[in-house]
Amino acid sequence: MKLELRGITKTFGSFVANDAIDLVVEPGEIHSLLGENGAGKSTLMNVLYGLYRPDGGQIVIDGETVSFSDPGDAMDTGIGMVHQHFMLVPVFTVAENMVLGHEPTKGGLLDLAAARRLVREISARFGFDLDPDALVEDLPVGAQQRVEIIKALSRRAEVLVLDEPTAVLTPQETDELMEIMRQLRAEGTSIVFITHKLREVKAVSDRITVIRRGKVVGEADPSADQAELASLMVGRQVSLAQDKAEAAPGEVALEVTDLRVTDAAGIRTLDDVSFEVRHGEVLAIAGVQGNGQTELTEALLGLQENVHGSARLEGRELVGRSTKQVLDAGVGFVPEDRTHDALVADFSVAENLVLDQHDRAPYGSPVAMRLKPIRENAEKLIPEFDIRTGSSAAAVSTLSGGNQQKVVMARALNRELALLIASQPTRGVDVGSIEFLHRRILDERDKGTPVVIVSTELDEVTQLADRIAVMYRGRILGIVPGDEDRDVLGLMMAGYTAEAAREAVAAGARTADSQLADEGEIA
Amino acid sequence: MSTSTHTAGSAPGVGTGGADAPPPEQTAETALARTLQRIARGDVLVVVMSFVFAFLIGSVLILIADQEVRATLGYFFDRPSDALTAIWQSVTQAYGAMFRGAVFDGPGFSRVAEDVREAGGSGTYVLLPALAAGLRPLTETLTVGTPLIIAAAGMAVSFRAGLFNIGGTGQLIVGAMAAGYIGFTFDLPVVVHLLACLLAGLLAGGLWGGIAGFLKARFGANEVISTIMLNWIATYLLFFALKTAAFTGANQSQPTSPSVGENAALPLLLGTGFRLHAGLFVAAGAAVLLWWLMSRSTIGFHFRAVGSNPRAAQVAGISPARTAFLVLAVAGALVGLAGAVHVLGTERRLTEGVAGNIGFDAITVALLGRSGPVGIVLAGLLFAALSTGGRFMETNQGVPLDLVQVIQVLVVLFIAAPPLVRTLIGLRRIDNPAAGARVRRARRARGSADTAAVASGAAAVAAESSAASRTGAPSASPDGSSSANSPASAPEGGPGPGDRPTQPPGPDPTPPEGPHGPTAGSTDSADSTDRTDAQEDER
Amino acid sequence: MSTAPVGVTDDSAGEKQLDDRRPRSWWHLPATTTVMALIALVLFGLRGIPGVNSTYVLAREGDLNPLGIVPERIAVPAMGGAIALSVLALAASAGLWVLHARSARPHRGARLAVIALFAVAWILAFMTWVISQRALDVTTLLQGTIVLAVPLAFGALSGVLSERSGVINIAIEGQLLFGAFGATLIGSMTGSVWIGLLAAPVMALVMGAMLALFAVGYHVQQIIVGVVLNVFAIGITSFFFGTVMRDNPAMFNAPMRLPTLRIPVLADIPVLGRVLFEQNILVYLMWIVVAGLTIALFRTRWGLRVRAVGEHPKAADTVGIAVNLTRWKNVLLGSAVAGLGGATLTIGTGVAFGEEMSAGKGYIALAAMILGRYHPVGALLAALTFAFADSLQLRLGTMSAAEGGVSIPGDFLLMLPYIVALFAVAGVVGRVRVPAANGQPYVKQ
Repeated sequence: MKLELRGITKTFGSFVANDAIDLVVEPGEIHSLLGENGAGKSTLMNVLYGLYRPDGGQIVIDGETVSFSDPGDAMDTGIGMVHQHFMLVPVFTVAENMVLGHEPTKGGLLDLAAARRLVREISARFGFDLDPDALVEDLPVGAQQRVEIIKALSRRAEVLVLDEPTAVLTPQETDELMEIMRQLRAEGTSIVFITHKLREVKAVSDRITVIRRGKVVGEADPSADQAELASLMVGRQVSLAQDKAEAAPGEVALEVTDLRVTDAAGIRTLDDVSFEVRHGEVLAIAGVQGNGQTELTEALLGLQENVHGSARLEGRELVGRSTKQVLDAGVGFVPEDRTHDALVADFSVAENLVLDQHDRAPYGSPVAMRLKPIRENAEKLIPEFDIRTGSSAAAVSTLSGGNQQKVVMARALNRELALLIASQPTRGVDVGSIEFLHRRILDERDKGTPVVIVSTELDEVTQLADRIAVMYRGRILGIVPGDEDRDVLGLMMAGYTAEAAREAVAAGARTADSQLADEGEIA
Repeated sequence: MSTSTHTAGSAPGVGTGGADAPPPEQTAETALARTLQRIARGDVLVVVMSFVFAFLIGSVLILIADQEVRATLGYFFDRPSDALTAIWQSVTQAYGAMFRGAVFDGPGFSRVAEDVREAGGSGTYVLLPALAAGLRPLTETLTVGTPLIIAAAGMAVSFRAGLFNIGGTGQLIVGAMAAGYIGFTFDLPVVVHLLACLLAGLLAGGLWGGIAGFLKARFGANEVISTIMLNWIATYLLFFALKTAAFTGANQSQPTSPSVGENAALPLLLGTGFRLHAGLFVAAGAAVLLWWLMSRSTIGFHFRAVGSNPRAAQVAGISPARTAFLVLAVAGALVGLAGAVHVLGTERRLTEGVAGNIGFDAITVALLGRSGPVGIVLAGLLFAALSTGGRFMETNQGVPLDLVQVIQVLVVLFIAAPPLVRTLIGLRRIDNPAAGARVRRARRARGSADTAAVASGAAAVAAESSAASRTGAPSASPDGSSSANSPASAPEGGPGPGDRPTQPPGPDPTPPEGPHGPTAGSTDSADSTDRTDAQEDER
Repeated sequence: MSTAPVGVTDDSAGEKQLDDRRPRSWWHLPATTTVMALIALVLFGLRGIPGVNSTYVLAREGDLNPLGIVPERIAVPAMGGAIALSVLALAASAGLWVLHARSARPHRGARLAVIALFAVAWILAFMTWVISQRALDVTTLLQGTIVLAVPLAFGALSGVLSERSGVINIAIEGQLLFGAFGATLIGSMTGSVWIGLLAAPVMALVMGAMLALFAVGYHVQQIIVGVVLNVFAIGITSFFFGTVMRDNPAMFNAPMRLPTLRIPVLADIPVLGRVLFEQNILVYLMWIVVAGLTIALFRTRWGLRVRAVGEHPKAADTVGIAVNLTRWKNVLLGSAVAGLGGATLTIGTGVAFGEEMSAGKGYIALAAMILGRYHPVGALLAALTFAFADSLQLRLGTMSAAEGGVSIPGDFLLMLPYIVALFAVAGVVGRVRVPAANGQPYVKQ
């Protein structure tokens, strides 16, 4: 099946997300769509999938113009999609999720036996190990993604769109996904692979289309140079490496001993974690998302229930204290999910900038707020952090994601800190701002503040860290120096201890990460 | 996809009554510009038309209920003029009576004027008593409006904190009971007695609201259900109390209490001929308190933060559970105060029906007033006028008071759904080209001349569905989630109570466990990033 | 050297492990039951009236009662009986303590059994005390329970239908009221109680359509729509009650009653026969609807789609399910079901329509739905619980009026269902899994 998009335009309000985009996907090719966060890739694919109605342009399949009024139409035409945020019902089983929308029935009732058979059949074809009766919410993300894939395949998709599929995967799982993609291609399925990760694109694509700010800015060959692709994607030269001064670690500031978190179902989500952070050093917590990092930071902040163990900041115990007490002790915190955990959407930028200090001088007292200092604070921070907003009184929800992240960072860094904890400090921020925010974090370190960074991006980890702790299934597998080999880190993220990983690398084992890098350069 | 256990709930719309406290930075000029724009956009028209439609539907009800009209309709085709006359008379008389009973009693004015003139009076001697008679309905409206405004202020507190306090009736009853009990049992010095009574009402209401708040904070009990249950419990508690000697005094066969003491009663403002009492000042105070609480105080900051994003508030050190308790306690206290004022000023003693409909009316008043102080005062007076007028209509024209309730509810519903009203009056067609123009302008700014697509059918559908958010306030561009999730929402500052979901997750009556609300919006977060950038470009 | 992963890569070590610590609040339940049992022991037992009997009337003459297996009446000494039952309740509490002390996460079945034992013993202790010197007709009590449960169950099912698809339904009260109103109005006008029965769900559809229009169509906050619609329903039915119906009651508001359908033989079983098999059609319908809905929701294509829409509407949309259409249909269907419940209030019990005659039953139904965890069977059980409290209150009300003995103020008895609901919402259902998208309007670009 040959898929053509001609002049697709999609606007949201006054914003043009897709501006006359052309794209041709030949049968049986892996076509990568490369672009930064917010470049309009997902919008384009949602148009293709019938979720959004385009404001202009045509979708042409095998020479015929089609129009999709809903995803059902798109699926009937043979287009399948694995969404970035999985479109699975968490409380349904694998089999139920797979058949939803085209359920087999027998005598008026659901024929779940047939659904189970179908799951097993397709799983077997690709070597997936999926229990048809497992609840999706109990599955790890990698398995959930496979459910999404078999869901699309069970509808006989001929064009499969994968929207940022590797964001949630370990290097190993990424490897396996690539293998599946190649297998699908061999069977004649075309794949549209959406990503912003250069290495992956180079490793697996047949052709690359680069999108920037809603427009196609160029086509590239997988043999293209990484830096070339990066500048095409970002629109200017980028220096990916941050020059950072050598750390000068001082006394131990934060000492975490046997910290354990048990969730409501009685499952240990953080399993006896111990580490220490010194003044003037950055400890980065690396790991694939969902391996206990969230629980760790939240336990330190007093946001988790059922915390055992100890975390001493300058000798004072943090465990068992309320969030307010922890914040008052001088801990600056950047949560991983800004819209959910950090910002009050209806509040103004100024109010959000003092959210965690609103009842302290000079911004307010336990009785009343002082509007003038709050406003002045905002007027100082907005230029300092280059927060693009019309006014400090504008609701923070009117800001772009990157600017919202700057608000959160500005808030955390806007006082004398005893400890900075930042989760995903640059998520969704454009490349230029990433440099700036990294600079600010390192400045904070150089002032002598102990810093804990949690990041799932290896690039970020290696740029900021003086030491790296890798988390896996609620445990810290080992703490390694900041310049540790990426292969070793990759293996540790997949569950190897530091020693085992080093041994394996010495013996020639490679992670997906570095293999991809190599392949890209060779190809 | 994982489950989280905290409440993701805000009160879209009700929680954001922004009309009251403009941000300090906002200059008068932009406020004026915004108002003008709103009129131009048709928001004011929507409000006006909401009332028109509500009264039209009310007229239909009056006609159905009117036996004479039904009789004349029986021979409509023989003599349609009979039916038309009957219809016209039925409706105008009913609504005329409503106005007469609510604002100005014209016939009463002339009658008294004539009486006095016949008795030989002239000049101010005629005018004053006549005016007194004519304006009596207005004072009655103010009297009825007094507890309504105070109770609505309490409701507004909880709505803006994202909690649905449906327990107005119960909180009002216990407030009235406590105030009344202190009022007729003890004999305290002047001022002290009154203050003691008001305080008792305040505390009792706060306690009653606090129970629901405690259950919410401690056990995560859904406040909608628990406040409703507490309404019934309070109702039967009152019934029980009015059978005990402590509450009925000597005459135990009658379920009414003795009158409150002289010192406990709120002083009458216009003498004994009128029921208007000093509670009016309490109502004004409640409105001011609401303003201060929600826009200046630290605790109000907590309320709003938890109402809008409880999780972010928690991360910033504000305890959502503690705040939930405080919100319902404060809300209950204000409603309890309303009960106290009602019993100390208007009723002067406890009866089984002392609470009337105030508890539920306060909810609609708070919704209509968008939970802001000015809005509440206006909406409270309006509802009070409708119900005093309705009462007069009932006695004078035989149209049941329930009609007023129906009209009030219809107004609230219409205003909550501006797109419906726009559709009904054909305003939508006017809205859409404007939206299209904005799109075109944006495109031109991006150097693309190709605008043909705007006219395509698909574009029209999309434009229609998000027309409202697109025409939002000029300085504030809709964020991704808002435009993705609330195409039907009114523009910023629009009057509808339920029309501004800036956050996708709606308040659930029960603690939600799945974070799927946000996912619907966050899928687009990537888009919103650029979207706003584009708007910056545009500027 | 081997490249095989070592360290913690074996899955068993990384398996999610259950912690053996008990939750901090583990003592709440046993402590509560212990206190309640002690209260029962003191108040119902030790401070009871000595030397008098409490009588439970069971079988009747003419029942199918071979050899009199079921006695006609059981008389127990009020004080002794209550003490014995309180001690049993106390023993159950002790059992709970033991269960929790022995393991952090006690076996669910065992725990539920002990709690049930406690509840039965406590309630019987209370009843034994309160009917001292008098006789309680158990059949009438249970019959009343079923009848009173019907509107609650239908109302709760309405809630299940719409909330499973993601629309919060506070408007059950209004739907019941419209159903009751429609049944009487149309029944009186046509002179047929059966047409009235058909009219009830149709009339309630008006409420459903308004809820769907505003909540699904115009995305108005759903709790607000519900509350406001309830006021609307009260207003408009009261308006017509005060005008049209009052003008001509014989024409528009005549009391009518659905016939009682007695199932031969089965209805002769002592106690249960009359409770289960001598009822009107609405009661039988209730069983059928509960069973049918349970199967439909959990075993059919329709049910899978409805639940998908309520849990993750976007996922449903991506597989071609029309989210808002599904919600419209479910809200309408739910309101029709609630209309049947409304019919119970008028033609089911043989009374004319009265102002605000639903009297908060819609809200109790809502509590029953939540308490029943959004499951038809759970909702039915919760409705039966509330109805039992209400029925007991009614029986005791009539009994207190008749004779002496223990007397509880009637108003407190009237409070009973609401207090039960309050406790239920707070304690038992603290953490219910709500359909994830409940209350959130779904909007397509």
